[in-house]
Amino acid sequence: MSKNELTRRSMLKAGVAGLATPTVFAGAAYSFTNDPQGGAVTLGFNVPQTGPYADEGADELRAYQLAVEHLNGGGDGGMINTFSSKTLDGNGILGQKVEFVTGDTQTKGDAARASAKSMIEKDGAIMITGGSSSSTAIAVQGLCQEAGIIFMAGLTHSNDTTGKDRKANGFRHFFNGYMSGAALAPVLANRYGTDRKAYHLTADYTWGWTQQESIANSTEALGWETINNVMTPLASTDFSSYIAPVLNSGADVLVLNHYGGNMVNSLTNAVQFGLRDREANGKNFEIVVPLYSRLMARGAGENVKGILGSTNWHWSLPDDGSKAFVRSFGTQYGFPPSQAAHTCYVQTLLYADAVNRAGSFNPCAVVEALEGFEFDGLGNGPTLYRADDHQCFKDVLVVQGKENPTSEFDILEVVEVTPRAQVEYPADHPMFGGAEASLGSCNPGA
Amino acid sequence: MDALLLQILNGLDKGSAYALIALGLTLIFGTLGVVNFAHGALFMIGAFCAVFIQGLLNLSYETIDETQKDFLGNPLKVKTPYLENWFGPETGGAIIDWSVPLAILFAIPVMIAVGVIMERGLIKHFYKRPHADQILVTFGLAIVLQEVIKYFYGANPIPTPAPSSLTGAFDFGVLLGFDPNAIIYPYWRMIYFVFAIAIIGSVFAFLQFTTFGMVVRAGMADRETVSMLGINIDKRFTMMFGIAAAVAGLAGVMYTPINPPNYHMGMDFLVLSFVVVVVGGMGSLPGAVLAGFLLGILESFASTTWATTTIPGINQVIIYVVAIIVLLTRPRGLMGRKGVMEE
Amino acid sequence: MLGLNKNDTTLFVVIIILTILAPFLLNPFPTESTLAQFNAGYPDLMEKFVVFGIFAIGFNILFGLTGYLSFGHAAFLGVGSYSAVWIYKLFTYNVIPALILAVIVSGIFAVLIGYVSLRRSGIYFSILTLAFAQMSFALAYSVLSNPKFNLTNGETGLQIYANDLQLFHRESLPDFPHIFGLSMGSTYKLGVGPWEFQFNVAYYFCAIMMILSFYFAIRLFRSPFGMMLRAVKSNQQRLNYTGLNSRPYMLAAFVISGMYAGLAGGLLAVTDPLAGAERMQWTASGEVVLMTILGGAGTLIGPVLGAGFIKYFENIFSKINDQVLHQWFTFLPDGLENLLVAIVHPFIGKGWHLTLGILFMLVVIFLPGGLVEGGQRIARTARRLMRRDKAADASNVSAE
Repeated sequence: MSKNELTRRSMLKAGVAGLATPTVFAGAAYSFTNDPQGGAVTLGFNVPQTGPYADEGADELRAYQLAVEHLNGGGDGGMINTFSSKTLDGNGILGQKVEFVTGDTQTKGDAARASAKSMIEKDGAIMITGGSSSSTAIAVQGLCQEAGIIFMAGLTHSNDTTGKDRKANGFRHFFNGYMSGAALAPVLANRYGTDRKAYHLTADYTWGWTQQESIANSTEALGWETINNVMTPLASTDFSSYIAPVLNSGADVLVLNHYGGNMVNSLTNAVQFGLRDREANGKNFEIVVPLYSRLMARGAGENVKGILGSTNWHWSLPDDGSKAFVRSFGTQYGFPPSQAAHTCYVQTLLYADAVNRAGSFNPCAVVEALEGFEFDGLGNGPTLYRADDHQCFKDVLVVQGKENPTSEFDILEVVEVTPRAQVEYPADHPMFGGAEASLGSCNPGA
Repeated sequence: MDALLLQILNGLDKGSAYALIALGLTLIFGTLGVVNFAHGALFMIGAFCAVFIQGLLNLSYETIDETQKDFLGNPLKVKTPYLENWFGPETGGAIIDWSVPLAILFAIPVMIAVGVIMERGLIKHFYKRPHADQILVTFGLAIVLQEVIKYFYGANPIPTPAPSSLTGAFDFGVLLGFDPNAIIYPYWRMIYFVFAIAIIGSVFAFLQFTTFGMVVRAGMADRETVSMLGINIDKRFTMMFGIAAAVAGLAGVMYTPINPPNYHMGMDFLVLSFVVVVVGGMGSLPGAVLAGFLLGILESFASTTWATTTIPGINQVIIYVVAIIVLLTRPRGLMGRKGVMEE
Repeated sequence: MLGLNKNDTTLFVVIIILTILAPFLLNPFPTESTLAQFNAGYPDLMEKFVVFGIFAIGFNILFGLTGYLSFGHAAFLGVGSYSAVWIYKLFTYNVIPALILAVIVSGIFAVLIGYVSLRRSGIYFSILTLAFAQMSFALAYSVLSNPKFNLTNGETGLQIYANDLQLFHRESLPDFPHIFGLSMGSTYKLGVGPWEFQFNVAYYFCAIMMILSFYFAIRLFRSPFGMMLRAVKSNQQRLNYTGLNSRPYMLAAFVISGMYAGLAGGLLAVTDPLAGAERMQWTASGEVVLMTILGGAGTLIGPVLGAGFIKYFENIFSKINDQVLHQWFTFLPDGLENLLVAIVHPFIGKGWHLTLGILFMLVVIFLPGGLVEGGQRIARTARRLMRRDKAADASNVSAE
């Protein structure tokens, strides 16, 4: 971008000195975009506040506010106390008080970029984070790369975010489609046997495709057969015409590669059509939802009971980090956090810690500090931020809809914690853009 | 053959929802000449009548269960609905179970009231205004209504199951001599279809066989002459707006067990319902119903694997392809009258 | 001047001055003040103002003059963006060829869609255009983004990768859309006292485009061709009876309007080298309808005002959160502060849609002619007041 971009705050100082006379600046006095000055640093929280993912966005925002409070030394400190890196001391980031601005992605790429741009250009945000879908994550990640800002992705599950669309300035803590497949397949084989015929319904856009490919690959490796894969338009609300032919297709498992509202409706429809009460090929017919979101699963009500899927994190985990986070979030808001809230909170802490360790807000220094960073105590066990693609590697949870929930939050139960080694893959894996995919080089902006 | 039958069933079911919404839209358009972009929102409000009734019947008191823990490790607060306390778990539970059908009783007066208030309070002032203004103001209203619902109920879908005795699916195939599992269809979707036919039938009967209906039809054909005969046509048109709102609302109530309602479900149907109305022909009630079922069935066929492998993406564009073909071959839709909305 | 009459010249000059001074005018509040939240003078939003202004001006040529309400204009916007990004991907980041292709391709699209759709009028025309646009959207979203033939890159949006061909790209040129080497992303910042103003190349480039588009629209409105289009609006049947075939005029208007949309789409790719399918969705088509009617259909300046109004709300109101509210009301006693925050809370942040919906309704109910009518009313009242003042002065004089 420009060579003579200066930060808002630095401008102010100089502007005040120059009083009313127009001051002309030239030259690259500062080494990176939006270098924080004046004792405060601004983070940009860009989440869906309108549209179908608004509730998930609202939960992310709650987590961000909690994270800011904890970084500034308020509240009980949450996961700062359990985090293996001890640079966070309640004095903000590098001694600067943490402030934040919020924006609405509307779950649309254009709107998400507009909102992120206004944070960068107008509010002087040094880091952008958030989002509840892969398309906005990829769009904003690209923007941050161009602008020289760090992007800490929120909920984004597509392989592409850290695959073919990976960027040096972007980092993802959330897991991805490949990991879902790798974690789920053994459990599925265990439960339902290795001789199964799967019928896939797949949301017809990039996330759906990568998800379907991952699940099909992992299950086929264990002996399953994929007999059909039907693409459903994203805008579908009624899945009856896709589900009605399933029973008669020779399949005995239905895999729903859907998320959000699509998942709620397709699962509701599938149960409605009595799939789970029937037998096919002499076996009980089963339904699988590879990516679960507890917030959304609630919309499907009773229909989720007994259905297997995977998730990034769940509030019932017994480790200290999770417990600390659930305690501070639950005390503040009265209900447990979602996986979206968790990943957003963790991303904020990870960024703050990386800046502290790097001793600078310079994006390139932060990238260096995060690359290859090993940490623990943030709810997912020992975790690695891989340098090659900026993807976090950690244990993956296989969950199942609970048969006897005790409350409205008690929807899922953890069936298995799949160890990290089992979900790892090489950075040049063909599903992740192959050898061509590259991070590029970090961009500090101005 | 069985696959064909299955998709026809599906299409009839999809078509019922389209037909009901298009019917209400045409009633408003045909009587009042108003393009109502808030009609999807009325459908959505109907659905949330069911959510409201379900919430009302589920009003609970809390007791503390020391043996269990909540997510913070405190003793668990167990909720028991008052109804179960008053009538015993069995009867109380049964009443709650039937909340969606019960919501119909609640939705009818509420939706008529909403319709009448909307017409008297807002739409009335827009009869003489251009269609573009009508679109803008009703679109604004639709946004406001849906944001109000979102404020109270959030953005996520809310499960509103059908009564448990009406869930499950019926094996049609066995009845017709096919293999088991060849044609299964959920009970509730069949109920939805029957319900839609009943509503459509009563609206037509009402217009055809009552004096009120006769006057309304006369007013639709020639408003001025009817008013000159000393009949207060405005009052009757207001009532028709109420009825149209009720039709949309009931379509919404009954739709909730099929797909859990959320605040933007109306917008999802809005564009589609306009296409249905226009394909049917502006101002034609039978046209709207016919087009609703027709597009429903075609959409179902286009979703079959056979169709999507032959022409990729056909399932996403079929409605629009049909709309274009119909409008180019039949200038006023299937059954439209000349001169309506052509300027 | 320039073939414009006196009133139009005044309007045109005012528009030029406003767009040039926008970085000042839209930034009235000092950067650190609590009201800075309302500042709109940052590059991205100013660019959105002028780009969507062009889109709305073009839409108004069709709708305002002929009364034909197209519900599928977003298709041309999307096509324009895709064409521009393909030029970036294959040839060069230079924006001139990108814009030329954007306008040409959207023009061709408009000829095809217009030729078919214009066979019908009224709502039947609206639904035909809607159907074409929705088809384009569905195709761009999934069918045309399959790995074998990836024209649109689906929901992720078409973007430039390091391994793209970029035939005429040189090391010395910026890695961002540029005009003969001058990067669209460069911003010159000026600090004046507590204020900070940003002058961005892309903004001024888009602004010049808008001024040209606006000039062309004025000329078109005042030309015999424009008269013909108005005649279509007032009574197409009568026009046909006079023996004139209005169809070619309509098609020309439709294509011009589509090319405006294509230009706007291309300019979106100039400010940000990415094209997404959602630009073609019906909501985007609906947005330009709303902009035009809200501002005042058929007026010259109305659509631009409407575009600014909607984009302002989308970008400014959605960013106000409770924390900001508390800052504003911090001077009040605690109880009152919390009460005010609670009252305003539903209308900001995630509630910005609600505010927009209410404003739509208010504007349409009370200002049938859109924002332009609001402006005219204010001007009339002001004039009346001035006249009364003058009259009062005059009477004072005579009394003495």
